[in-house]
Amino acid sequence: MTSVQSQMPTSGGMDSSIAALIEERRRLVRRRFEKIGKWLLPALVLLFTLWFWDRLVVWNEIPHYILPGPGRVWTTLIADWSLLFDALKVTFQITILALLVAVVGGAGLAILFTQSRIFEMSLFPYAVVLQVTPIISIAPLIFIYVDSKIAGLLICAWIVAFFPILSNTTLGLNSTDHNLRDLFRIYGATRWQRLIHLQLPTALPYFLGGLRIAGGLSLIGAVVAEYVAGTGGIGSGLAFTILEAGYRLNIPRMFAALLIIAATGVFIFLTLSLISHLLLRKWHESALKQEQ
Amino acid sequence: MSSTLSSGDKEFPSAKLPTRERLLTVNSVGKRFNKGVVALEEMHLTINEGDFLSLLGPSGCGKSTILRMIAGLMEPTTGRIEWEGDVEQGSGTIGVVFQEPTLMPWATVEKNVWLPFRLQGKSMRSMQNEIDNALHLVGLDGFAGSYPRALSGGMKMRVAIARALATNPRVILMDEPFAALDEITRFKLNNDLLELKAKIGCTILFVTHSVFESVFLSDRIAVMTARPGRVHSEINVDEPYPRDQTFRTSPNYAAYCRTTSEALENSISKAA
Repeated sequence: MTSVQSQMPTSGGMDSSIAALIEERRRLVRRRFEKIGKWLLPALVLLFTLWFWDRLVVWNEIPHYILPGPGRVWTTLIADWSLLFDALKVTFQITILALLVAVVGGAGLAILFTQSRIFEMSLFPYAVVLQVTPIISIAPLIFIYVDSKIAGLLICAWIVAFFPILSNTTLGLNSTDHNLRDLFRIYGATRWQRLIHLQLPTALPYFLGGLRIAGGLSLIGAVVAEYVAGTGGIGSGLAFTILEAGYRLNIPRMFAALLIIAATGVFIFLTLSLISHLLLRKWHESALKQEQ
Repeated sequence: MSSTLSSGDKEFPSAKLPTRERLLTVNSVGKRFNKGVVALEEMHLTINEGDFLSLLGPSGCGKSTILRMIAGLMEPTTGRIEWEGDVEQGSGTIGVVFQEPTLMPWATVEKNVWLPFRLQGKSMRSMQNEIDNALHLVGLDGFAGSYPRALSGGMKMRVAIARALATNPRVILMDEPFAALDEITRFKLNNDLLELKAKIGCTILFVTHSVFESVFLSDRIAVMTARPGRVHSEINVDEPYPRDQTFRTSPNYAAYCRTTSEALENSISKAA
Protein backbone atom coordinates (compact mmCIF):
# COMPACT_ATOMS: atom_id res chain seq x y z
CA MET A 1 0.00 0.00 0.00
CA THR A 2 2.79 2.32 0.92
CA SER A 3 4.68 1.71 -2.30
CA VAL A 4 1.63 2.41 -4.45
CA GLN A 5 0.92 5.62 -2.62
CA SER A 6 4.45 6.88 -2.84
CA GLN A 7 4.69 6.15 -6.56
CA MET A 8 1.60 8.08 -7.48
CA PRO A 9 2.71 11.65 -6.89
CA THR A 10 6.03 11.38 -8.83
CA SER A 11 4.55 13.25 -11.75
CA GLY A 12 3.56 16.08 -9.48
CA GLY A 13 7.14 16.89 -8.64
CA MET A 14 9.37 16.47 -5.62
CA ASP A 15 7.44 18.64 -3.16
CA SER A 16 4.13 16.89 -3.47
CA SER A 17 5.74 13.47 -3.22
CA ILE A 18 7.45 14.46 0.00
CA ALA A 19 4.22 15.89 1.31
CA ALA A 20 2.44 12.66 0.45
CA LEU A 21 5.14 10.67 2.27
CA ILE A 22 4.76 12.80 5.36
CA GLU A 23 1.01 12.47 5.22
CA GLU A 24 1.31 8.71 4.84
CA ARG A 25 3.70 8.51 7.77
CA ARG A 26 1.39 10.63 9.89
CA ARG A 27 -1.51 8.33 9.11
CA LEU A 28 0.53 5.29 10.05
CA VAL A 29 1.46 6.81 13.38
CA ARG A 30 -2.13 7.73 14.07
CA ARG A 31 -3.30 4.21 13.28
CA ARG A 32 -0.67 2.62 15.48
CA PHE A 33 -1.65 4.98 18.28
CA GLU A 34 -5.32 3.98 17.90
CA LYS A 35 -4.37 0.32 18.06
CA ILE A 36 -2.20 0.54 21.16
CA GLY A 37 -4.21 3.25 22.90
CA LYS A 38 -7.35 1.16 22.86
CA TRP A 39 -5.75 -1.23 25.34
CA LEU A 40 -3.06 0.85 26.98
CA LEU A 41 -5.17 3.82 28.10
CA PRO A 42 -7.82 1.86 30.03
CA ALA A 43 -5.04 -0.23 31.58
CA LEU A 44 -3.30 2.94 32.76
CA VAL A 45 -6.56 4.22 34.24
CA LEU A 46 -7.00 0.92 36.07
CA LEU A 47 -3.46 0.98 37.44
CA PHE A 48 -3.82 4.55 38.61
CA THR A 49 -7.16 3.82 40.28
CA LEU A 50 -5.74 0.82 42.10
CA TRP A 51 -2.72 2.80 43.22
CA PHE A 52 -4.85 5.71 44.39
CA TRP A 53 -7.26 3.38 46.20
CA ASP A 54 -4.34 1.70 47.94
CA ARG A 55 -2.76 5.03 48.93
CA LEU A 56 -6.11 6.35 50.18
CA VAL A 57 -6.39 3.40 52.54
CA VAL A 58 -2.78 3.62 53.70
CA TRP A 59 -2.55 7.41 54.08
CA ASN A 60 -5.84 7.67 56.02
CA GLU A 61 -5.24 4.45 57.96
CA ILE A 62 -8.75 3.24 57.05
CA PRO A 63 -9.52 -0.07 58.80
CA HIS A 64 -10.21 -2.97 56.47
CA TYR A 65 -13.74 -3.51 57.83
CA ILE A 66 -14.63 -0.11 56.36
CA LEU A 67 -12.56 0.00 53.19
CA PRO A 68 -10.05 -2.76 52.40
CA GLY A 69 -7.18 -1.99 50.06
CA PRO A 70 -6.96 -3.66 46.68
CA GLY A 71 -4.27 -6.04 47.93
CA ARG A 72 -6.50 -7.30 50.70
CA VAL A 73 -9.43 -7.80 48.28
CA TRP A 74 -7.13 -9.83 46.06
CA THR A 75 -5.89 -12.09 48.88
CA THR A 76 -9.50 -12.59 50.02
CA LEU A 77 -10.46 -13.52 46.49
CA ILE A 78 -7.75 -16.20 46.51
CA ALA A 79 -8.47 -17.40 50.04
CA ASP A 80 -12.25 -17.59 49.62
CA TRP A 81 -12.05 -18.85 46.06
CA SER A 82 -13.80 -22.21 46.62
CA LEU A 83 -16.69 -20.56 48.47
CA LEU A 84 -16.99 -17.76 45.90
CA PHE A 85 -16.67 -20.14 42.99
CA ASP A 86 -19.54 -22.29 44.28
CA ALA A 87 -21.68 -19.18 44.60
CA LEU A 88 -20.65 -18.07 41.12
CA LYS A 89 -21.72 -21.42 39.69
CA VAL A 90 -25.22 -20.94 41.11
CA THR A 91 -25.59 -17.37 39.86
CA PHE A 92 -24.08 -18.18 36.50
CA GLN A 93 -26.37 -21.15 36.05
CA ILE A 94 -29.47 -19.06 36.78
CA THR A 95 -28.25 -16.32 34.45
CA ILE A 96 -27.58 -18.64 31.51
CA LEU A 97 -30.83 -20.56 31.99
CA ALA A 98 -32.79 -17.31 32.17
CA LEU A 99 -31.05 -16.06 29.05
CA LEU A 100 -31.90 -19.27 27.20
CA VAL A 101 -35.54 -19.07 28.21
CA ALA A 102 -35.56 -15.38 27.27
CA VAL A 103 -34.19 -16.23 23.82
CA VAL A 104 -36.76 -18.96 23.25
CA GLY A 105 -39.60 -16.95 24.77
CA GLY A 106 -38.65 -13.57 23.29
CA ALA A 107 -37.89 -14.76 19.77
CA GLY A 108 -40.79 -17.22 19.84
CA LEU A 109 -43.26 -14.53 20.88
CA ALA A 110 -41.86 -12.18 18.25
CA ILE A 111 -42.42 -14.79 15.52
CA LEU A 112 -45.91 -15.45 16.84
CA PHE A 113 -46.62 -11.71 16.81
CA THR A 114 -45.59 -11.25 13.18
CA GLN A 115 -47.57 -14.31 12.11
CA SER A 116 -50.74 -13.31 13.89
CA ARG A 117 -51.88 -9.77 14.30
CA ILE A 118 -54.52 -10.92 16.79
CA PHE A 119 -51.86 -12.36 19.06
CA GLU A 120 -49.78 -9.22 18.85
CA MET A 121 -52.68 -6.91 19.62
CA SER A 122 -53.81 -9.03 22.56
CA LEU A 123 -50.46 -9.70 24.20
CA PHE A 124 -48.05 -6.90 23.39
CA PRO A 125 -49.41 -4.41 25.96
CA TYR A 126 -48.84 -6.98 28.70
CA ALA A 127 -45.29 -7.59 27.56
CA VAL A 128 -44.75 -3.86 27.97
CA VAL A 129 -46.40 -3.81 31.40
CA LEU A 130 -44.20 -6.69 32.51
CA GLN A 131 -41.16 -4.82 31.29
CA VAL A 132 -41.86 -1.44 32.87
CA THR A 133 -42.84 -2.80 36.30
CA PRO A 134 -39.63 -2.93 38.38
CA ILE A 135 -38.64 -6.54 38.96
CA ILE A 136 -37.78 -5.79 42.57
CA SER A 137 -41.45 -5.10 43.25
CA ILE A 138 -42.72 -8.24 41.52
CA ALA A 139 -40.11 -10.60 42.92
CA PRO A 140 -41.49 -10.91 46.51
CA LEU A 141 -44.84 -12.01 45.10
CA ILE A 142 -43.23 -14.54 42.84
CA PHE A 143 -41.40 -16.10 45.78
CA ILE A 144 -44.69 -16.43 47.66
CA TYR A 145 -46.37 -18.44 44.95
CA VAL A 146 -43.44 -20.38 43.51
CA ASP A 147 -42.12 -23.11 45.77
CA SER A 148 -38.84 -23.84 44.05
CA LYS A 149 -36.26 -21.17 44.70
CA ILE A 150 -34.48 -21.91 41.45
CA ALA A 151 -37.74 -21.59 39.51
CA GLY A 152 -38.50 -18.28 41.24
CA LEU A 153 -35.06 -16.87 40.41
CA LEU A 154 -35.43 -18.05 36.86
CA ILE A 155 -38.80 -16.36 36.43
CA CYS A 156 -37.45 -13.07 37.77
CA ALA A 157 -34.38 -13.11 35.56
CA TRP A 158 -36.49 -14.07 32.56
CA ILE A 159 -38.95 -11.20 33.06
CA VAL A 160 -36.07 -8.73 32.99
CA ALA A 161 -34.27 -10.31 30.06
CA PHE A 162 -36.89 -11.29 27.52
CA PHE A 163 -38.24 -7.89 26.52
CA PRO A 164 -35.25 -6.53 24.56
CA ILE A 165 -35.17 -9.75 22.59
CA LEU A 166 -38.91 -9.60 21.94
CA SER A 167 -38.98 -5.98 20.83
CA ASN A 168 -35.78 -6.14 18.78
CA THR A 169 -36.76 -9.35 17.03
CA THR A 170 -40.23 -8.01 16.28
CA LEU A 171 -38.69 -4.90 14.77
CA GLY A 172 -36.33 -7.05 12.70
CA LEU A 173 -39.05 -9.37 11.43
CA ASN A 174 -41.00 -6.34 10.25
CA SER A 175 -38.00 -4.69 8.59
CA THR A 176 -37.83 -6.82 5.46
CA ASP A 177 -37.02 -5.04 2.21
CA HIS A 178 -40.33 -4.40 0.43
CA ASN A 179 -38.90 -5.26 -2.98
CA LEU A 180 -37.68 -8.59 -1.65
CA ARG A 181 -41.12 -9.18 -0.21
CA ASP A 182 -42.61 -8.52 -3.67
CA LEU A 183 -40.06 -10.86 -5.20
CA PHE A 184 -41.03 -13.62 -2.78
CA ARG A 185 -44.66 -13.09 -3.72
CA ILE A 186 -43.92 -13.20 -7.43
CA TYR A 187 -42.10 -16.50 -6.95
CA GLY A 188 -45.04 -17.84 -4.99
CA ALA A 189 -43.35 -18.20 -1.60
CA THR A 190 -45.47 -19.67 1.18
CA ARG A 191 -45.83 -17.91 4.50
CA TRP A 192 -43.41 -20.39 6.02
CA GLN A 193 -40.82 -19.87 3.26
CA ARG A 194 -41.07 -16.13 3.69
CA LEU A 195 -40.46 -16.49 7.41
CA ILE A 196 -37.49 -18.84 7.06
CA HIS A 197 -35.75 -17.35 4.05
CA LEU A 198 -36.59 -13.67 4.37
CA GLN A 199 -37.85 -12.54 7.77
CA LEU A 200 -35.57 -14.55 10.04
CA PRO A 201 -32.32 -13.61 8.24
CA THR A 202 -33.43 -9.96 8.18
CA ALA A 203 -34.18 -10.10 11.90
CA LEU A 204 -30.90 -11.79 12.87
CA PRO A 205 -28.84 -8.61 13.45
CA TYR A 206 -31.69 -7.04 15.43
CA PHE A 207 -32.08 -10.22 17.49
CA LEU A 208 -28.36 -10.30 18.25
CA GLY A 209 -28.48 -6.68 19.37
CA GLY A 210 -31.29 -7.59 21.75
CA LEU A 211 -29.39 -10.66 22.90
CA ARG A 212 -26.41 -8.60 24.01
CA ILE A 213 -28.65 -6.38 26.12
CA ALA A 214 -30.51 -9.40 27.47
CA GLY A 215 -27.25 -11.08 28.54
CA GLY A 216 -26.43 -8.25 30.94
CA LEU A 217 -30.05 -7.96 32.07
CA SER A 218 -30.40 -11.65 32.93
CA LEU A 219 -27.38 -11.35 35.24
CA ILE A 220 -28.94 -8.29 36.86
CA GLY A 221 -32.25 -10.13 37.13
CA ALA A 222 -30.61 -13.15 38.73
CA VAL A 223 -28.73 -11.03 41.27
CA VAL A 224 -31.70 -8.82 42.17
CA ALA A 225 -33.99 -11.83 42.55
CA GLU A 226 -31.51 -13.46 44.86
CA TYR A 227 -31.38 -10.38 47.06
CA VAL A 228 -35.15 -10.52 47.32
CA ALA A 229 -35.28 -14.28 47.88
CA GLY A 230 -32.71 -13.79 50.60
CA THR A 231 -32.51 -17.47 51.46
CA GLY A 232 -29.08 -18.73 52.37
CA GLY A 233 -27.50 -22.05 53.07
CA ILE A 234 -26.18 -24.45 50.51
CA GLY A 235 -26.78 -23.52 46.91
CA SER A 236 -26.89 -19.77 47.35
CA GLY A 237 -25.38 -17.45 44.79
CA LEU A 238 -23.11 -14.44 44.71
CA ALA A 239 -25.78 -11.94 45.74
CA PHE A 240 -26.44 -13.82 48.93
CA THR A 241 -22.70 -14.09 49.53
CA ILE A 242 -22.53 -10.30 49.43
CA LEU A 243 -25.49 -9.95 51.80
CA GLU A 244 -24.08 -12.44 54.24
CA ALA A 245 -20.59 -10.95 54.14
CA GLY A 246 -22.19 -7.56 54.80
CA TYR A 247 -23.87 -8.84 57.94
CA ARG A 248 -20.52 -10.12 59.14
CA LEU A 249 -18.70 -6.92 58.22
CA ASN A 250 -16.49 -8.99 55.94
CA ILE A 251 -16.00 -6.10 53.55
CA PRO A 252 -13.10 -7.63 51.58
CA ARG A 253 -15.31 -10.59 50.67
CA MET A 254 -18.07 -8.22 49.54
CA PHE A 255 -15.59 -6.56 47.21
CA ALA A 256 -14.32 -9.92 45.98
CA ALA A 257 -17.85 -11.13 45.20
CA LEU A 258 -18.63 -7.82 43.50
CA LEU A 259 -15.50 -8.22 41.38
CA ILE A 260 -16.63 -11.67 40.29
CA ILE A 261 -20.11 -10.44 39.35
CA ALA A 262 -18.62 -7.64 37.27
CA ALA A 263 -16.22 -10.05 35.59
CA THR A 264 -19.11 -12.42 34.85
CA GLY A 265 -21.05 -9.58 33.22
CA VAL A 266 -18.08 -8.67 31.06
CA PHE A 267 -17.55 -12.33 30.16
CA ILE A 268 -21.18 -12.74 29.07
CA PHE A 269 -21.04 -9.54 27.02
CA LEU A 270 -17.82 -10.55 25.26
CA THR A 271 -19.12 -14.04 24.53
CA LEU A 272 -22.33 -12.71 23.02
CA SER A 273 -20.40 -10.11 21.03
CA LEU A 274 -18.21 -12.88 19.66
CA ILE A 275 -21.23 -14.97 18.69
CA SER A 276 -22.76 -11.93 17.04
CA HIS A 277 -19.56 -11.19 15.14
CA LEU A 278 -19.20 -14.78 13.93
CA LEU A 279 -22.77 -14.87 12.65
CA LEU A 280 -22.67 -11.49 10.88
CA ARG A 281 -19.08 -11.01 9.78
CA LYS A 282 -19.65 -12.25 6.23
CA TRP A 283 -22.44 -9.91 5.24
CA HIS A 284 -23.65 -7.36 7.77
CA GLU A 285 -22.59 -3.72 7.81
CA SER A 286 -21.92 -3.76 11.54
CA ALA A 287 -19.28 -6.43 11.16
CA LEU A 288 -17.47 -4.70 8.31
CA LYS A 289 -13.96 -3.50 8.91
CA GLN A 290 -13.66 0.11 7.88
CA GLU A 291 -11.39 0.19 4.88
CA GLN A 292 -8.63 2.71 5.21
CA MET B 1 -35.97 5.54 -41.43
CA SER B 2 -39.46 4.23 -41.03
CA SER B 3 -40.82 4.75 -37.60
CA THR B 4 -44.54 4.25 -37.47
CA LEU B 5 -45.58 7.00 -35.20
CA SER B 6 -49.25 7.15 -34.54
CA SER B 7 -51.30 8.75 -31.86
CA GLY B 8 -54.53 7.98 -30.11
CA ASP B 9 -55.47 5.25 -27.71
CA LYS B 10 -56.23 2.47 -30.14
CA GLU B 11 -54.36 -0.77 -30.40
CA PHE B 12 -51.59 -0.69 -32.95
CA PRO B 13 -51.05 -3.87 -34.87
CA SER B 14 -47.36 -3.83 -35.60
CA ALA B 15 -46.73 -4.08 -39.30
CA LYS B 16 -43.05 -4.68 -38.78
CA LEU B 17 -43.37 -7.64 -36.48
CA PRO B 18 -46.03 -9.82 -38.01
CA THR B 19 -44.53 -13.16 -37.18
CA ARG B 20 -44.46 -12.71 -33.45
CA GLU B 21 -46.98 -14.56 -31.33
CA ARG B 22 -48.97 -12.50 -28.92
CA LEU B 23 -47.91 -13.07 -25.31
CA LEU B 24 -50.19 -10.85 -23.29
CA THR B 25 -52.70 -8.09 -23.69
CA VAL B 26 -53.34 -5.21 -21.36
CA ASN B 27 -57.01 -4.66 -22.06
CA SER B 28 -58.40 -1.24 -21.08
CA VAL B 29 -56.83 -1.45 -17.67
CA GLY B 30 -57.48 1.25 -15.11
CA LYS B 31 -56.15 1.61 -11.59
CA ARG B 32 -57.58 3.83 -8.89
CA PHE B 33 -55.85 3.86 -5.54
CA ASN B 34 -57.63 4.11 -2.23
CA LYS B 35 -56.79 7.76 -1.80
CA GLY B 36 -58.63 8.54 -5.02
CA VAL B 37 -55.53 8.87 -7.18
CA VAL B 38 -56.15 7.51 -10.65
CA ALA B 39 -52.85 6.05 -11.79
CA LEU B 40 -54.01 4.42 -15.01
CA GLU B 41 -57.03 4.84 -17.24
CA GLU B 42 -58.08 2.82 -20.27
CA MET B 43 -54.63 1.48 -20.93
CA HIS B 44 -54.14 -0.79 -23.93
CA LEU B 45 -50.95 -2.63 -24.73
CA THR B 46 -49.95 -5.88 -26.36
CA ILE B 47 -46.72 -7.68 -25.75
CA ASN B 48 -45.52 -10.26 -28.27
CA GLU B 49 -43.09 -13.11 -27.81
CA GLY B 50 -39.57 -11.82 -28.34
CA ASP B 51 -40.43 -8.14 -27.98
CA PHE B 52 -38.11 -5.69 -26.38
CA LEU B 53 -40.82 -3.26 -25.41
CA SER B 54 -40.05 -0.08 -23.52
CA LEU B 55 -42.62 1.83 -21.51
CA LEU B 56 -41.53 5.44 -21.62
CA GLY B 57 -43.19 8.19 -19.70
CA PRO B 58 -42.86 10.99 -17.17
CA SER B 59 -42.50 10.01 -13.54
CA GLY B 60 -45.78 9.24 -11.84
CA CYS B 61 -47.49 8.12 -15.06
CA GLY B 62 -48.18 4.64 -13.75
CA LYS B 63 -45.36 2.79 -15.55
CA SER B 64 -44.45 0.88 -12.42
CA THR B 65 -48.11 0.32 -11.59
CA ILE B 66 -48.79 -1.52 -14.83
CA LEU B 67 -45.60 -3.53 -14.30
CA ARG B 68 -46.75 -4.54 -10.84
CA MET B 69 -50.11 -5.58 -12.22
CA ILE B 70 -48.52 -7.73 -14.91
CA ALA B 71 -46.33 -9.27 -12.21
CA GLY B 72 -49.47 -10.16 -10.28
CA LEU B 73 -48.62 -7.96 -7.31
CA MET B 74 -51.66 -5.76 -7.82
CA GLU B 75 -55.14 -6.15 -9.28
CA PRO B 76 -56.47 -3.70 -11.88
CA THR B 77 -59.54 -1.71 -10.81
CA THR B 78 -61.02 -1.99 -14.28
CA GLY B 79 -60.06 -3.97 -17.34
CA ARG B 80 -58.00 -7.13 -17.55
CA ILE B 81 -54.54 -8.43 -18.18
CA GLU B 82 -54.90 -11.38 -20.51
CA TRP B 83 -52.15 -13.92 -20.98
CA GLU B 84 -51.98 -16.23 -23.95
CA GLY B 85 -51.84 -19.78 -22.65
CA ASP B 86 -51.29 -20.79 -19.07
CA VAL B 87 -49.36 -18.64 -16.71
CA GLU B 88 -48.90 -20.37 -13.45
CA GLN B 89 -48.45 -17.90 -10.64
CA GLY B 90 -45.23 -18.29 -8.73
CA SER B 91 -43.54 -20.83 -10.96
CA GLY B 92 -40.95 -18.47 -12.33
CA THR B 93 -42.81 -17.68 -15.58
CA ILE B 94 -42.22 -14.02 -14.82
CA GLY B 95 -38.82 -12.59 -14.00
CA VAL B 96 -38.53 -9.20 -12.34
CA VAL B 97 -35.69 -6.72 -11.98
CA PHE B 98 -36.33 -3.72 -9.77
CA GLN B 99 -34.59 -0.37 -9.69
CA GLU B 100 -32.56 -1.58 -6.73
CA PRO B 101 -30.70 -4.88 -7.10
CA THR B 102 -32.85 -6.31 -4.28
CA LEU B 103 -30.43 -9.04 -3.27
CA MET B 104 -30.44 -10.88 0.02
CA PRO B 105 -27.29 -9.54 1.71
CA TRP B 106 -26.90 -12.64 3.85
CA ALA B 107 -26.71 -14.97 0.87
CA THR B 108 -23.92 -15.48 -1.65
CA VAL B 109 -24.40 -14.59 -5.30
CA GLU B 110 -25.28 -18.14 -6.33
CA LYS B 111 -27.70 -18.54 -3.46
CA ASN B 112 -29.41 -15.33 -4.54
CA VAL B 113 -29.80 -16.73 -8.04
CA TRP B 114 -31.01 -20.01 -6.53
CA LEU B 115 -33.89 -18.20 -4.77
CA PRO B 116 -36.66 -18.75 -7.36
CA PHE B 117 -35.78 -22.44 -7.55
CA ARG B 118 -35.47 -22.73 -3.80
CA LEU B 119 -38.98 -21.38 -3.34
CA GLN B 120 -40.16 -24.11 -5.70
CA GLY B 121 -38.52 -26.65 -3.41
CA LYS B 122 -35.62 -27.47 -5.71
CA SER B 123 -32.23 -28.18 -4.20
CA MET B 124 -29.24 -26.07 -5.10
CA ARG B 125 -27.34 -29.10 -6.36
CA SER B 126 -30.03 -30.06 -8.84
CA MET B 127 -30.15 -26.50 -10.17
CA GLN B 128 -26.40 -25.85 -10.20
CA ASN B 129 -26.24 -25.94 -14.01
CA GLU B 130 -29.02 -23.39 -14.42
CA ILE B 131 -27.47 -21.13 -11.77
CA ASP B 132 -23.99 -21.32 -13.29
CA ASN B 133 -25.39 -20.74 -16.74
CA ALA B 134 -27.33 -17.64 -15.64
CA LEU B 135 -24.24 -16.22 -13.96
CA HIS B 136 -22.21 -16.97 -17.06
CA LEU B 137 -24.73 -15.13 -19.26
CA VAL B 138 -24.42 -11.94 -17.22
CA GLY B 139 -20.64 -12.25 -17.10
CA LEU B 140 -20.27 -13.10 -13.45
CA ASP B 141 -18.26 -16.33 -13.69
CA GLY B 142 -16.12 -16.69 -10.62
CA PHE B 143 -18.33 -14.59 -8.38
CA ALA B 144 -20.70 -17.37 -7.32
CA GLY B 145 -19.37 -17.45 -3.77
CA SER B 146 -19.13 -13.68 -3.23
CA TYR B 147 -21.44 -11.78 -0.96
CA PRO B 148 -23.40 -8.86 -2.47
CA ARG B 149 -21.57 -6.28 -0.36
CA ALA B 150 -18.34 -7.18 -2.13
CA LEU B 151 -19.83 -6.25 -5.51
CA SER B 152 -20.18 -2.91 -7.28
CA GLY B 153 -23.60 -1.46 -8.12
CA GLY B 154 -23.41 -2.69 -11.70
CA MET B 155 -22.41 -6.19 -10.66
CA LYS B 156 -25.25 -6.38 -8.15
CA MET B 157 -27.61 -5.47 -10.96
CA ARG B 158 -26.13 -8.29 -13.05
CA VAL B 159 -26.90 -10.72 -10.24
CA ALA B 160 -30.49 -9.46 -10.19
CA ILE B 161 -30.73 -10.00 -13.95
CA ALA B 162 -29.24 -13.49 -13.62
CA ARG B 163 -31.85 -14.33 -10.99
CA ALA B 164 -34.65 -13.01 -13.21
CA LEU B 165 -33.61 -15.04 -16.25
CA ALA B 166 -32.53 -18.21 -14.43
CA THR B 167 -36.04 -19.71 -14.49
CA ASN B 168 -36.30 -19.13 -18.24
CA PRO B 169 -39.35 -16.87 -17.81
CA ARG B 170 -41.85 -16.01 -20.53
CA VAL B 171 -41.30 -12.33 -19.87
CA ILE B 172 -38.76 -10.35 -17.87
CA LEU B 173 -40.14 -7.17 -16.32
CA MET B 174 -37.56 -4.48 -15.68
CA ASP B 175 -38.50 -1.42 -13.65
CA GLU B 176 -35.94 1.30 -14.40
CA PRO B 177 -33.18 -1.17 -13.58
CA PHE B 178 -30.25 1.05 -14.53
CA ALA B 179 -31.59 4.41 -13.36
CA ALA B 180 -29.45 4.46 -10.23
CA LEU B 181 -26.21 3.58 -12.01
CA ASP B 182 -23.59 5.91 -13.41
CA GLU B 183 -23.63 6.51 -17.16
CA ILE B 184 -20.58 4.43 -18.02
CA THR B 185 -21.95 1.41 -16.17
CA ARG B 186 -25.38 2.00 -17.66
CA PHE B 187 -24.04 2.01 -21.24
CA LYS B 188 -22.12 -1.16 -20.58
CA LEU B 189 -25.14 -2.87 -19.09
CA ASN B 190 -27.32 -1.69 -22.00
CA ASN B 191 -24.91 -3.31 -24.45
CA ASP B 192 -24.70 -6.48 -22.43
CA LEU B 193 -28.46 -6.68 -22.04
CA LEU B 194 -28.91 -6.62 -25.81
CA GLU B 195 -26.24 -9.27 -26.23
CA LEU B 196 -27.99 -11.35 -23.60
CA LYS B 197 -31.35 -10.99 -25.27
CA ALA B 198 -29.86 -12.04 -28.60
CA LYS B 199 -28.48 -15.17 -26.96
CA ILE B 200 -31.56 -16.38 -25.10
CA GLY B 201 -34.29 -14.65 -27.11
CA CYS B 202 -36.38 -13.66 -24.12
CA THR B 203 -39.24 -11.16 -24.04
CA ILE B 204 -38.52 -7.98 -22.10
CA LEU B 205 -40.82 -5.26 -20.84
CA PHE B 206 -38.61 -2.39 -19.85
CA VAL B 207 -39.78 0.65 -17.91
CA THR B 208 -37.65 3.74 -18.28
CA HIS B 209 -37.82 7.51 -18.28
CA SER B 210 -34.83 7.85 -20.57
CA VAL B 211 -35.54 8.46 -24.26
CA PHE B 212 -31.99 7.46 -25.20
CA GLU B 213 -32.12 4.21 -23.29
CA SER B 214 -35.46 3.24 -24.78
CA VAL B 215 -34.32 3.94 -28.35
CA PHE B 216 -31.06 2.10 -27.95
CA LEU B 217 -32.59 -1.00 -26.40
CA SER B 218 -36.04 -1.63 -27.72
CA ASP B 219 -37.76 -2.55 -30.93
CA ARG B 220 -41.04 -1.08 -29.66
CA ILE B 221 -41.53 1.97 -27.49
CA ALA B 222 -44.87 2.73 -25.86
CA VAL B 223 -44.98 6.39 -24.86
CA MET B 224 -47.29 7.04 -21.94
CA THR B 225 -49.18 10.16 -20.94
CA ALA B 226 -48.88 11.80 -17.55
CA ARG B 227 -51.28 10.68 -14.83
CA PRO B 228 -53.75 9.15 -15.37
CA GLY B 229 -51.44 7.13 -17.56
CA ARG B 230 -52.25 5.39 -20.80
CA VAL B 231 -50.40 4.64 -23.99
CA HIS B 232 -50.20 7.84 -26.00
CA SER B 233 -48.37 6.47 -29.00
CA GLU B 234 -46.19 3.62 -30.10
CA ILE B 235 -42.92 3.85 -31.96
CA ASN B 236 -41.26 0.96 -33.73
CA VAL B 237 -37.52 1.25 -33.68
CA ASP B 238 -36.91 -0.56 -36.92
CA GLU B 239 -33.20 -0.97 -36.50
CA PRO B 240 -31.70 -4.44 -36.75
CA TYR B 241 -30.01 -6.15 -33.84
CA PRO B 242 -27.24 -6.59 -32.88
CA ARG B 243 -26.89 -2.94 -32.03
CA ASP B 244 -23.67 -1.79 -30.52
CA GLN B 245 -21.82 1.38 -29.61
CA THR B 246 -21.84 2.55 -33.25
CA PHE B 247 -25.62 2.77 -33.23
CA ARG B 248 -25.42 5.39 -30.51
CA THR B 249 -23.59 7.76 -32.84
CA SER B 250 -25.52 6.97 -36.02
CA PRO B 251 -27.91 9.49 -37.62
CA ASN B 252 -30.73 6.96 -37.36
CA TYR B 253 -30.31 6.87 -33.60
CA ALA B 254 -30.51 10.66 -33.42
CA ALA B 255 -33.62 10.67 -35.60
CA TYR B 256 -35.34 8.04 -33.46
CA CYS B 257 -34.45 9.98 -30.35
CA ARG B 258 -35.95 13.13 -31.81
CA THR B 259 -39.16 11.36 -32.83
CA THR B 260 -39.45 9.74 -29.44
CA SER B 261 -38.76 12.99 -27.60
CA GLU B 262 -41.44 14.73 -29.62
CA ALA B 263 -43.91 11.98 -28.87
CA LEU B 264 -43.06 12.22 -25.19
CA GLU B 265 -43.48 15.98 -25.25
CA ASN B 266 -46.84 15.65 -27.03
CA SER B 267 -48.01 13.10 -24.49
CA ILE B 268 -47.20 15.42 -21.61
CA SER B 269 -48.64 18.58 -23.15
CA LYS B 270 -51.79 16.72 -24.13
CA ALA B 271 -52.37 15.75 -20.54
CA ALA B 272 -51.60 19.23 -19.26
